[in-house]
Amino acid sequence: MTPVTPPAAEESHVVSAFDYVRGNIREYGMLIVLVAIMVFFQFYTGGILFKPVNLTNLVLQNSFIVIMALGMLLVIVAGHIDLSVGSVVGFVGAIAGILTVQYQMNFILAALLCLVVGGIIGAAQGYFIAYHKIPSFIVTLAGMLVFRGLTLFVLGGKNIGPFPKDFQLISTGFIPDFFDMGTIHSTSIILSIVMPLVLFIMALRRRKSNESHGIDVEPMSFFLIQNLIICGALLFLGYQLSSDKGLPNVLIIMVILIAAYAFITRQTTIGRRVYAMGGNEKATKLSGINTERLSFFTFVNMGALAGLAGMIVATRLNSATPKAGVGNELDVIAACFIGGASASGGVGKITGAVIGAFIMGVMNNGMSIVGLGIDFQQMVKGLVLLAAVFFDVYNKNKG
Amino acid sequence: MIVVPRSGWRRWILIMDNIILEMRDITKTFPGVKALENVNLKVRQGEIHALVGENGAGKSTLMKVLSGVYPAGSYDGDIVYEGEVRNFKVIKDSEAIGIIIIHQELALVPLLSIAENIFLGNEVATNGVIRWQEAFSKTRGLLAKVGLKESPETLVTNIGVGKQQLVEIAKALSKSVKLLILDEPTASLNEKDSDALLNLLIEFRNQGITSIIITHKLNEVRKVADQITVLRDGMTVKTLNCHEEEISEDIIIKNMVGRELADRYPPRSVAIGETVLEVKNWNAFHQHHRDRQVLHDINVNVRRGEVVGIAGLMGAGRTEFAMSVFGKSYGHRISGDVFMDGKLVDVSTVRKAIDVGLAYVTEDRKHLGLVLNDSIMHNTSLANLAGISNATVIDNHKESDVATDFRSKLRIRSSGIFQEAVNLSGGNQQKVVLSKWLFSDPEVLILDEPTRGIDVGAKYEIYSIINQLAADGKGVLMISSEMPELLGTCDRIYVMNEGRIVAELSKEEASQETIMRAIMRSGEKK
Repeated sequence: MTPVTPPAAEESHVVSAFDYVRGNIREYGMLIVLVAIMVFFQFYTGGILFKPVNLTNLVLQNSFIVIMALGMLLVIVAGHIDLSVGSVVGFVGAIAGILTVQYQMNFILAALLCLVVGGIIGAAQGYFIAYHKIPSFIVTLAGMLVFRGLTLFVLGGKNIGPFPKDFQLISTGFIPDFFDMGTIHSTSIILSIVMPLVLFIMALRRRKSNESHGIDVEPMSFFLIQNLIICGALLFLGYQLSSDKGLPNVLIIMVILIAAYAFITRQTTIGRRVYAMGGNEKATKLSGINTERLSFFTFVNMGALAGLAGMIVATRLNSATPKAGVGNELDVIAACFIGGASASGGVGKITGAVIGAFIMGVMNNGMSIVGLGIDFQQMVKGLVLLAAVFFDVYNKNKG
Repeated sequence: MIVVPRSGWRRWILIMDNIILEMRDITKTFPGVKALENVNLKVRQGEIHALVGENGAGKSTLMKVLSGVYPAGSYDGDIVYEGEVRNFKVIKDSEAIGIIIIHQELALVPLLSIAENIFLGNEVATNGVIRWQEAFSKTRGLLAKVGLKESPETLVTNIGVGKQQLVEIAKALSKSVKLLILDEPTASLNEKDSDALLNLLIEFRNQGITSIIITHKLNEVRKVADQITVLRDGMTVKTLNCHEEEISEDIIIKNMVGRELADRYPPRSVAIGETVLEVKNWNAFHQHHRDRQVLHDINVNVRRGEVVGIAGLMGAGRTEFAMSVFGKSYGHRISGDVFMDGKLVDVSTVRKAIDVGLAYVTEDRKHLGLVLNDSIMHNTSLANLAGISNATVIDNHKESDVATDFRSKLRIRSSGIFQEAVNLSGGNQQKVVLSKWLFSDPEVLILDEPTRGIDVGAKYEIYSIINQLAADGKGVLMISSEMPELLGTCDRIYVMNEGRIVAELSKEEASQETIMRAIMRSGEKK
């Protein structure tokens, strides 16, 4: 083909900080909103929000929402929805209770079985959605009723508990303290220092290699300030947690999952295919991608994550109850939409969904501390969801 | 000298000439394309006027201008109807004075009854409460006029296409139509229904209703038309009067296609090698109407370095053929064999088809070709993600290098490889789709209407890419409704009609006349 001079590969790809922020306004916007909400409640609650005990609570209360939001984001990006996750949380919690309490099964084996049960539930729903083209809204609405009913059935309307001590550690345990450092939890503080450092080095390397391959990057000063703030915030939160009981186990699970899913969505062919399918299923299919199988597996994945969440919820309450997980699906879906996912599919980020989940979590927590009634809490959360999506649509139409 | 006010005088002239409609110097441009250029059309009161021309000649556009689909102001020129210049803002304006258009895709609601459809938006009602008895009796009257024996309560979905067409006409009558426009009314009708429809038009003519009929079927034109206006490339070529002279189909065809092939096609040196793709005894049935066979015993082959065309009218089954070969993306009960380089291959899924070296560039790039809200880069790599990844982990830099490379090779005009496909022009979007398939490194490319909706300059570039592919020893199978394009680029042309290959023409044999004739003859044989 006719040779053409490559479009100015040598020119600088550093764009101004203003342009960079404008190009990524969604992520920055939500992060700023999250920080603003945190600062607001920090003052409004008289400094309770950032107290070590409360921060620990915040993590414990929200971890399962965050974990499910990871799966839900993939489902939503794929162009579907899953209304059944709240019921799956209840059902898998019940199974966990029956296995470990009634049958006294080894908790590791029980946990694995619970994940498999979650996956099978996802597969059952995904089968109808992917291979029979029944709208996911309908299939998972049916699933929501069926699994809530099953939860009541297997529990016989009663609670099962308490769980074995070891099993409870999933949700209420903390990472072990290796060195004696007095009031500070040693392993936690070490992790809290190492993690931001690793993140910073990775970001620096990515920026360098992007620049050398002609991908737009922000100015160095802006990059440094931004990353120092983020690392500083992480370090602060880590320090606060370390001065209480240390980092909760569930936080470690959550962080690993967030990192894994962020990687899958950004860097792997599977992630890319999910985005393409959500953007235009027919074009994706005609590009040689098995869209049915892909849809199916997003639901299997969602089911397994809901299973994990079910165990976390049950062990945290220390009892499998028929009420567990009621309404969770709405919080999880709201987290994804607040985080910028599009209801028509193809758009959304893991980081957005995580930030969205924390916005919901911090608001729940803050409003509870303040003593705002559940009535007002729901109204506020509803309006925040609407405002976030309105902001999205407004921005898109303007751009 | 008698002084007459200008408007009154003009009105008198028109009535004398008995002209109901005159469209004067109509020019309509779409971004980058001139769809109509100084088109003139005169229709006499009470005649059947046929509008003929190739696909894309501008027939439907002209009728959309007339009916107000494209409002006054969006085109240049005048519409004079019953002696007055009219400026239609919306379709309702033209309907109000008796101009009714019936589109190719019928505008009926399948799950409503015939009566509900006829009076949709125009209900027989008092203060919003429908007077059903009256609506039904009126419907019965209208159905009698069009000769349709169905109950007004029958759901539209339960009657055939031919009868649906009659319901549309009854709906037009309910609006006291004076000028009825039919856009390819018989395209999906069988012989018997077509005849009934044409006889109905003749009856309307006797009652003084004027009709404009757009059609590809020249035998029908000869049967009913009083005058024929031929459009070509958005311009009026000629208006033929069927009562003054004997109009043969040859004369119509000559006028439809008679244009010079200028230097619109880049030159190429042809070096044809071994057969690379061969499709044998290919049959397929309709996707939804499961007992309708759409492809009959198709045999096609493409050699290396060869550009092979498939000509035919819309609905001939060309896209259906291409998609059914490409991973059974269309149809069901598909049978037949595909050989690549002489070896029988499995093309039962798109993935397998790509793996044996096929690529299909769709005619519908927005719905089937691109992920519109994604970047040029992501669209480029979509059909060959393995080519930019190691063990499923995407190498971002490899991906951006590939996209940058194609962007410059194919001259995709954009702000960069991160620009979203939705914001590109048609030609550049098409180049992105081509990039995607070139990156999958196929042996045979099937191009379906590769230059549809693209301006002339971009067309030339696409032809250059096609030539380069052939020069690289690939096989190219090109479907196009633009005959000059096929004649300008292909080494050999198959002609397809009604799901069959009806002719195979060498470059020397092929001309617009021979292609048209092959299509018409096969249509008449049935």
